[in-house]
Amino acid sequence: MSFNPKIVAFLCNWCSYTGADLAGTSRMKYASNIRIIRVMCSGRVEPTFVLKAFSEGADGVIILGCHPGDCHYHEGNYKCLRRFHLMKKYFNQMGLEDGRLRLEWISASEGKQFAELVNEFTTQITELGPCKVKENIETLA
Amino acid sequence: MSENGKPKLKLAVYWGAACGGCCVSVLDVHEKLFTVVENADLVFWPIALDIKYKDVEEMPDGHIDVTLFNGAVRNSENEHLAKLLRQKTKVLVAYGSCSHMGGIPGLANFSSKDEIFRRAYFDSESTINPEKITPQPHFEIPQGVLEIPVFYNDVRSLGQVVDVDYYLPGCPPQTERLVEVFLAIVTGAQLPPKGSVIGALSKSQCDECKRKKSDNKLVKEFKRPVDIIDDGETCFLEQGVICMGPATRGGCGVRCIEGNAPCRGCYGPPPDVLDPGAKMLSAIATMIDANTPEEVERIVATIDDPAGTFYRFSLPGSILRRKVLV
Repeated sequence: MSFNPKIVAFLCNWCSYTGADLAGTSRMKYASNIRIIRVMCSGRVEPTFVLKAFSEGADGVIILGCHPGDCHYHEGNYKCLRRFHLMKKYFNQMGLEDGRLRLEWISASEGKQFAELVNEFTTQITELGPCKVKENIETLA
Repeated sequence: MSENGKPKLKLAVYWGAACGGCCVSVLDVHEKLFTVVENADLVFWPIALDIKYKDVEEMPDGHIDVTLFNGAVRNSENEHLAKLLRQKTKVLVAYGSCSHMGGIPGLANFSSKDEIFRRAYFDSESTINPEKITPQPHFEIPQGVLEIPVFYNDVRSLGQVVDVDYYLPGCPPQTERLVEVFLAIVTGAQLPPKGSVIGALSKSQCDECKRKKSDNKLVKEFKRPVDIIDDGETCFLEQGVICMGPATRGGCGVRCIEGNAPCRGCYGPPPDVLDPGAKMLSAIATMIDANTPEEVERIVATIDDPAGTFYRFSLPGSILRRKVLV
């Protein structure tokens, strides 16, 4: 049986979600492993959201926001960037592989880049294999 | 019967994986202990009274009115007593940080049982163990079988093992809060809904803290308390020192901060927070004064141990609960 990863994606309303929409309306094909959650800004993505995704069985989480300087709220994506690096350090300590969490910038016109990114991230997570977080929590004691 | 004619409350205090500080904090009621003894009989308290586990086993169900259970659940003995006391007690209170969210013993969830045994019985510098002896839960000798508790792989909080009525956080809980809670139970005051955190506020430490705070908390570098000369009045975060105040419930009287030490977070998170460390991580990240990945990385590198700092008292109670085992 081949491994079919579950990927949770947080997309900002103004750039990345519109970019994903463009990929859709342009009828581009990309891996169906991704579950998109629209948020108003990448700065809205709390570490709790990411942890909850992993604890409920996600194999990878990707956060997409506007390019630096393009944030609809001026600096939400910078706030996300700062959290992302601190979260990565925390995940390393908790024994989660580096590649399971990713932050990228996708603008409203980058439908093609979005589709390519989803395929690439899906391959990356498939290579990493299933995430052990949920199993760990369930087998406590 | 107490002097005022009301039947005396039956009170028990028990320790799981704990340091003993919580039991001492109960003794810290000082002369108020007489008020306690007037109104309550202590029926089980291993640190102070010689009452055996089998005596507790023989009590009828619901015999004890209030049990203060401190300490986390680390081994089979802790788990057995947690379940036993739940059965024998009307109001089970998780007393202190360890039974609330895992506390300091919960930091063992950064390691597995095997890693801990290897370190403790083979690798540590002061250990000489050529026969590679490790504790065995069952051990047969000519005189019979010796049994010791089974050491679990994970540390759990009390609430992860049995149904808990109230949580009274703190490392240890402030004795004044315990007295308030105890008097509320004695006088039959309206008790909060089951599962509530009692003896603490719903607002954060920052709300009570008297240090000067401004809106500008941006820093280029995080420091350890020893790296700064504290001016005694500016917010620790603004001085670049990590203080758990923003993600910690008030109620302790900001004692650490009043003593010029940053908050370590023993009172646990404010209400409705799923993961205290994640909230703290979020708060600390907003202080990073950088916009490029390289500069952000550099500043993040000045935080030595984010997991251990942000989850110092709450690792088993957090979303991930332990380090991922491969």
